[in-house]
Amino acid sequence: MATIAVDPRADYLLRLGDDALVLGQRVSEWCGHGPVLEVDISLANLALDLIGQATLLLGEAGDGDRLAFHRDVLDFRNCLLVEQPNGDFAQTIARHLLYTTWQHMLLQRLTQSSDRFLVEFAHKAVKEVAYHRGLASEWTIRLGDGTEESARRMAEGLDWNWRFIPELFEVDEGLQAAIEAGIAVDPRAFEDEYRSAIGSVLAEAKLEPPADQRPILGGRRGHHSEHLGHLLAVMQFLPRTYPDATW
Amino acid sequence: MSGHDWPLWEVFVRAKGGLSHRHVGSVHAPDSELALAHARDTYTRRLEGVSIWVVPSNEIVASDPEQAGELFEPAESKIYRHPTFYDIPDEVKHI
Repeated sequence: MATIAVDPRADYLLRLGDDALVLGQRVSEWCGHGPVLEVDISLANLALDLIGQATLLLGEAGDGDRLAFHRDVLDFRNCLLVEQPNGDFAQTIARHLLYTTWQHMLLQRLTQSSDRFLVEFAHKAVKEVAYHRGLASEWTIRLGDGTEESARRMAEGLDWNWRFIPELFEVDEGLQAAIEAGIAVDPRAFEDEYRSAIGSVLAEAKLEPPADQRPILGGRRGHHSEHLGHLLAVMQFLPRTYPDATW
Repeated sequence: MSGHDWPLWEVFVRAKGGLSHRHVGSVHAPDSELALAHARDTYTRRLEGVSIWVVPSNEIVASDPEQAGELFEPAESKIYRHPTFYDIPDEVKHI
C-alpha cells in the first residue's frame, strides 16, 4: 500500500502503465499454450510490446519494479477490461481489439501532449499499438466470418468484454486534472470514432455488436474484479518471496 | 482451431535496402495477410528485415533432385564462366 498517486501526472502514468502491465501479463499467459506455434509467437510478441510500454511508463512514475511487484490490488489503476481472463483465443482477441483500438486512438492524440516524456512515449508506442489493433481486427474478422463455431466463440468473447468499454471513456477528477494540465488526452473526444471503428470491424466480421450492458466502472479507483488478484499473485510471487533475487 | 489445415508459406526477408530478399523459413497461416503477420512475428523480431515476401509453398516450382546430374554437373567443368579473372575493387560490396 501507500503508493496511491495524488499528482495528476503520476496518476496518469500509473493508469497507462498499469493498463500495459496487466494486459501484457495476461497475454503472456498464452506463452506455450497458443493454438498453433505461429499464434503462440505472435501473442508473445504482443505481450512483450506491452511489458516494454509498462517498463517505460512505470519507470517514469517511480521505481518501476517496486510499482509492478510490490503494490497490492487496491493500488492498481488499470481499467477493468485489461484484467479480464483470457478465456479462449476469441475472447483474448475480443479484449485486445477493444483495448488496443482505444489505446491506438489515445496514443495518436497523446503525441500532442504538453508533457515531453509522454510525447516521446506516444511516438514510440503508437507504431506498436497500430500493429496490435490491425492484428486483432484481422483475427476478429476471420473468426467472426469463419465457421459457425468460430463465429459463436468470437460473439461470446465480445459479449464478455463489452461491458468494460464505458470505463475507457470515463473522466473522473484525477483524469480531469491531467486533461486540464494539458498532459492527458480527453477520451470523450474520440468515443464516437471508437464506436464507429469497432462497428466497422464487426460489420466486416459479420457480427452484431453486443447489446450495451450495465457498465462496470471502478478500476481507475482500485475497485478491481477478483481476476486481478490472481494475476498479481502469479506475477508478484517471485520478487515478494525472494526480495533480494537478481536476474 | 488446430492450424493443421492451414497452408504453408515460404518467407523471404530483405535485410536492408539494396540486398535481395532471402529465404529464411516458412510459416503456417490461413491466408496471405496473416502469413505476413506470422512471418513478421517469427522472423523479424530482432530487426532482421525491412521487407518481407510470403509465397504459398505449393506455388514454388522445384527442380527434381533426381535430375541433379543433368541439370548441374555440366557446369562443373566450365570454369571460364566464373568471373574470377577480374580484380574486384574493395569498395564493391555484395558480389
